[in-house]
Amino acid sequence: MKALLAWLDDRTGYRAMMRALFDDTMPGGASWHRIWGTTLVFAFVMQAITGLFLWLAYSPSAHTAWESVYFVQYRMTGGWLLRGMHHYTADVIVVLLALHLIQVIVTGAYRAPRELTFWIGLAMLSLSLSLALTGYLLPWDQRGYCATRVATSIMGITPLVGPQLQQIALGGTEYGHHTLTRFFALHAGLLPLAMVLLVALHLHQIRRHGRTPPTTKRHPDSPWWPDQGLKDAIACLAVLGAVLFLVFKPALTGGTPGAHLGAPADPTDPFASYAAARPEWYFLFLFQLLKYFPGSTEVWGALVLPGVALTLVSSMPWFDQWKWGHHFNLGVLGVLLVSVVTLAGLALAEDRHRPEYQAAVTAARAEAERVQVLAGLQGIPAAGATTLLHADPLTEGPKLFARHCASCHRYEGGDGLAPASGEVETASDLKGFASRQWLTGLVDPRTVASPAYMGGSAHRTGEMVRYVSTCVKTFTPEKRAQLQRIVAAISAEARLPHQSGPDTRDDALVQEGRRLLADGKLRCTECHQFHAKDDDTIAPDLTGYGSREWQVSFITNPGDPRFYGKQNDRMPRFGDEHILTAQAIGLIADWLRGDWLEPAAQTGREE
Amino acid sequence: MNSPPQASNEDRRTFLKKALALAIGSTLGAAPFGAGLAVLLSPLRRKTGRGQAVFVAALGAVPDDGTPRKFAVVATREDAWNRAEGIIGAVFLRRVGSAVQAFNVACPHAGCVVEYSASRSGFSCPCHNSRFGLDGAISDPRSPAARGLDALDVELRNDGQVWVKFRNFRSGSAEKVAM
Repeated sequence: MKALLAWLDDRTGYRAMMRALFDDTMPGGASWHRIWGTTLVFAFVMQAITGLFLWLAYSPSAHTAWESVYFVQYRMTGGWLLRGMHHYTADVIVVLLALHLIQVIVTGAYRAPRELTFWIGLAMLSLSLSLALTGYLLPWDQRGYCATRVATSIMGITPLVGPQLQQIALGGTEYGHHTLTRFFALHAGLLPLAMVLLVALHLHQIRRHGRTPPTTKRHPDSPWWPDQGLKDAIACLAVLGAVLFLVFKPALTGGTPGAHLGAPADPTDPFASYAAARPEWYFLFLFQLLKYFPGSTEVWGALVLPGVALTLVSSMPWFDQWKWGHHFNLGVLGVLLVSVVTLAGLALAEDRHRPEYQAAVTAARAEAERVQVLAGLQGIPAAGATTLLHADPLTEGPKLFARHCASCHRYEGGDGLAPASGEVETASDLKGFASRQWLTGLVDPRTVASPAYMGGSAHRTGEMVRYVSTCVKTFTPEKRAQLQRIVAAISAEARLPHQSGPDTRDDALVQEGRRLLADGKLRCTECHQFHAKDDDTIAPDLTGYGSREWQVSFITNPGDPRFYGKQNDRMPRFGDEHILTAQAIGLIADWLRGDWLEPAAQTGREE
Repeated sequence: MNSPPQASNEDRRTFLKKALALAIGSTLGAAPFGAGLAVLLSPLRRKTGRGQAVFVAALGAVPDDGTPRKFAVVATREDAWNRAEGIIGAVFLRRVGSAVQAFNVACPHAGCVVEYSASRSGFSCPCHNSRFGLDGAISDPRSPAARGLDALDVELRNDGQVWVKFRNFRSGSAEKVAM
């Protein structure tokens, strides 16, 4: 063994290299002030290790990026931990870089002969932010996608070369497969390579000019090993602890640990919402800054001001040569820090007081959770996970309802997505449509003419309202019991998934209700037809009332003789007029019926 | 680097510092490596299909003179995050009297797809020239394959449907080991 190591040393000289590293002189002895550089090296090594392992499972394309990250996060052993570490180490690096920069400026470590070291450091800062920016897109979730869209648009307003630059970065004019392959090549290839070179240069400069001596030397010089080495190790351990804390933090409040993965981005969805899109916290100041530059002055906020700030910081070694130079530099640093913190604080405060943003974040979280459930239940089709959401009644139903139905109808008083503002003359409230509860309200003299049922439409003066408010009102208890059975029978026609329990349990009741309906004792069949062809009906068919087929046909053409015929009050023929596709109508019907996929543990629930 | 502890306190303190620094150092490396290795090795825990019987062909589609014919096997195909109906493999079906024999088309040597040759009245592998008889056994002793073609369990159901318990087997070994 000894001989082998001697041979290795002879050929490589590794012992001298180790000695140079371990015996590196610490002017004024070991110190906690000197840990920042090492913690940054450690954090970058963390990123390299975790990044390489993530690379083994990542697939950069618009149909597989989110999907592969989903698989890492939820299906591969330890994937959430690996991804969480990579994600939060990036956050920690930004903090460490800021602290390191502040320290260098405050102690004047940028002074000759260390200007170059300083500039290389600033270049590394820019590279780190570029790495963060490119990495943010890779999961191809809605947040990262929207934020990157904004960032690349800013790139596009660069004078002269902007549009070309943007198109090169995107790999075309649209966001898609090549945007991901390019961002991935930058994030995992080019930028890390540049970073390694800069780290090597930075360290070489440090070796050449020695560590910056403290202003007051209280202790004799000492080698790096073991005193400073131990201090560095403890500092790195603290960094690791911070990262792991951030990874596990969501679990403390009952969430799942690891970095959040939003719902998959869909660049082709015209209704995609940007309301919840925010950049990472360390870019919030830039995000906020853009709000203050109206119209064509955007370039000032996006490029000129940040450029001026970077130039000022880069020029610090020169400013320092003036009499009050160092104080000037400290002033610049202070102004910059205060601006960045204030702008970021303003951005956060603005969002906190904006209900639309809060609602959008809640909706985005719900969608992220939903797609994960669907992917677990069904697997992901080859066209990607967005198709899961687009085919999901629970996700699409309320959106379609809000867009196409909520101008007249209500859903639990709201528009399907949010509580509706203001009282309007409306058609019926369709929450729980065709359920026993809903039908009971319909045949209740107190509610039939309310806005929740027929009060808002022309049917207010129709036969049904007249029947309920005059005949039903005077029903004997016996007749009222019969009406209840009829309600149960009609509701059973819908075969609502959440009512399947009561429907089977009360079969006798349902059968009796059917007989009563067919007998015509309560005169329902004077206007409605029920399992018997009747050409004289003026009101909707009760055969299969509320079933999927019934609802789809109704929405397709409510003016069909089977439904309202000529009595139809303003409801468009959504299918026949090609306002909605058959798939969209089906999604609305399924959503109104409460018919969507649920994890096994939750199915079979009763009312 | 690690001199054994000497009598003096100073030395002992230095040794402890070094030991502590090294211990922390290895922890620092172990954390990202550990998580990474867990992810790297997680495919080892993945299982292929349990070989459930799949409908492959109507009995009428299998030549009744005993000539083998190739059929695709369609079932739920899982590829990491994707799940869809798709072709999961292929089999040769061959009538033997009233029974049907099924072979996985993969050569047990290195996984190339074997071909049926009517002139040779057997199967041959286009990659490394392994030869198999109609019964799937190695027919040429110079064949690099270490075992005959992998026979699969066949069920005849519902009066004329051929169902096969499709499985893939580890290539290269003399033993037939399901994957």
